[in-house]
Amino acid sequence: MQATNILILILGLGAFAFFLGRGRSLALAKPLGGIRKLHSLPSYYGLHAALWCALPSLVLLFLWIMFDDPLINSIVIESVAADIAPTDTASYNLLINKIANLADGILPRKGESAALIAAADHMSSLRVISRWALTALLLTISLLGLLWGWSRISASFRARPVVEKVMQNILLACACLAIFTTLGIVLSVMFESIQFFRSVPIFDFVFGLEWSPQTAIREDQVGSSGSFGAVPLFVGTLLVSAVAMFVAVPVGLMSAIYLAEYASKSVRTYAKPALEILAGIPTVVYGFFAALTVAPFLRDLGASFGLSVSSESALAAGGVMGVMIIPFISSLADDVITAVPQSMRDGSLAMGATQSETVRRVIIPAALPGIVGGVMLAISRAIGETMIVVMAAGMAAKLTANPLESVTTVTVQIVTLLTGDQEFDSPKTLAAFALGLMLFTVTLLLNIFALHIVKKYREQYD
Amino acid sequence: MTQAAPVTKKKPVSKTTPKPMQNLEITDHQATVGKCFADNAKMTMRNVNVFYDDKQAIHDVSIDIAKNEVIAMIGPSGCGKSTFLRSLNRMNDTVDICRVEGQICMDGEDLYSPKLDVVELRARVGMVFQKPNPFPKSIYENVAYGPKIHGLADTRVDLDEIVENSLRKASLWEEVKERLHQAGTGLSGGQQQRLCIARAIAVSPEVILMDEPCSALDPIATARIEELIEELSQNFTIAIVTHSMQQAARVSHRTAYFHLGRLIEVNPTEQVFTMPEHQLTEAYITGRFG
Repeated sequence: MQATNILILILGLGAFAFFLGRGRSLALAKPLGGIRKLHSLPSYYGLHAALWCALPSLVLLFLWIMFDDPLINSIVIESVAADIAPTDTASYNLLINKIANLADGILPRKGESAALIAAADHMSSLRVISRWALTALLLTISLLGLLWGWSRISASFRARPVVEKVMQNILLACACLAIFTTLGIVLSVMFESIQFFRSVPIFDFVFGLEWSPQTAIREDQVGSSGSFGAVPLFVGTLLVSAVAMFVAVPVGLMSAIYLAEYASKSVRTYAKPALEILAGIPTVVYGFFAALTVAPFLRDLGASFGLSVSSESALAAGGVMGVMIIPFISSLADDVITAVPQSMRDGSLAMGATQSETVRRVIIPAALPGIVGGVMLAISRAIGETMIVVMAAGMAAKLTANPLESVTTVTVQIVTLLTGDQEFDSPKTLAAFALGLMLFTVTLLLNIFALHIVKKYREQYD
Repeated sequence: MTQAAPVTKKKPVSKTTPKPMQNLEITDHQATVGKCFADNAKMTMRNVNVFYDDKQAIHDVSIDIAKNEVIAMIGPSGCGKSTFLRSLNRMNDTVDICRVEGQICMDGEDLYSPKLDVVELRARVGMVFQKPNPFPKSIYENVAYGPKIHGLADTRVDLDEIVENSLRKASLWEEVKERLHQAGTGLSGGQQQRLCIARAIAVSPEVILMDEPCSALDPIATARIEELIEELSQNFTIAIVTHSMQQAARVSHRTAYFHLGRLIEVNPTEQVFTMPEHQLTEAYITGRFG
């Protein structure tokens, strides 16, 4: 039986257990004089039975699916004929793939050696056994669980704390899932990066001033051996992000101040969602807006002043990215400004301060931690942004601080390194992971810094 | 009371005949009893009505506040005394739905005339709030805030002097002179409230409005604030809203009793607490309601 079918079956059994448990508790309650005589509400008894029925089987199903393939593979390899037995990891993987494909019928059996075909048959039969064993085992466990959960129901049985405890653990498991995913991503990027740093010294990567990742694929190919200095990329990233923040911070902050302090209620009701629509526009749309509208406009504008502006400039990409980030800053700043207690405003106004003096001297300082936190999150967002810069900032890894020239960013290079057919052991491809790791570190540090600031200064005015 | 403000014996338009004690209803045309008007009035209010949208919070209140007197406003919760106080320095402007009718003058100048600069008004009429609300700045910066925005000090030395004097007047100087540059929010509740008073008097206002200044404080801090009010009354005119009748009796020269948005009685404090003219006042001070 397929794993999905088993899953559906278990969930169905769980639902059945719920109604069974609930029904039994109701039946128990009736002669006692109503459900108030039970320790817990009938739905808790139902949930208790359902959890006993479904949860152990689900855990087992998960574990089985995770471990049955490697197990079957190793059994097959052990029994395979000596003449085709693998010698190293690479040939092991190749052999397993071949056997699996034969077993699945993806490869034609014609012309393959008898040993291979025997192994494939062995694998097929093992798989069938595994599935049926799994099905039988899970059904037994589910039914036993159902029976146990059902039999424990009595008027004095405390089902509610048990269910609450299980629910709490399920929530904990979900929280852990997010953390482990992050950890998994970091580790996978890190292992590839370590492999990269075997061929390119870490010092050259972090402090190198030249980025030109083209490497010769064949021995006899004419081509550069590649240089992997990440500095131009990070300078480009910082340049584009700086332009973006230059646009987003003043505009976002001031619109937040307007919305929070000056706007009438009716303006606020319409203006705030309208501003937040900016956050809902896909970045690819911003990207072609930057590439097709803003960049040519800037180039023509520059030409009329006698400046030479590249048609793919950091200014265009950064400017449009800034517009994209405005709602982040304005929304977060608006929240913290509105959270400043009215008593601060009253205190300042009663001193004879004007509204703008109140905003400048009392509200902004009081809301500063939150505003800084918002700006930090926006910077992380700007650094990680890809689509706009791919389309509008260019590919040339120039080490420049001039926003009118085209630059490239870390994210753009990761995209170009990993698109198309790639070999996964050349430094060119692995460089993407190293870049990703560095980018991740930078944004992680920024986020930690932002969280720290927010935490440190929170509630200061209370 | 050491220096009761000179108050005329002039009675308001018509004094209602006292009703029987059983009937505590107030009628629409109720006029205030007692001595509402003063010869040396600092602020004069005539026929003041305050509305929140359609709801009327203050009905036809007329009263004078004399120079250098302490006037207490008492009454049950929701009787409009805070609203009335806030209309004296136009703090009600910050509430969109609030509308003030009638005439409120200070030194003969209409506070609600379009020509009046509200910034200047609030510099002349300071305010202390119910909950201490120091800014999240240093003690020094809190007091220097008003002088800075009004340009009262030309040099740093002047500013230092203003800050020190204000803190001395608020009898806080001795406690904080060693830590002027620490956060004002780190002080105790009573100290914070005195800091707010220092902040208010740093711009040398003529009138100080206090909206239940001790309601968030413990008895010892309250006693210090009350002493302070006594001292401040030498130089300032003070209007204080309070929930505590003992406090009104201790600090004020005159007491105004508000009931459901109407000003019921104004009389010298001793008289209000010993022989009130109106039965509603009597009912309130004897604890029949409130």
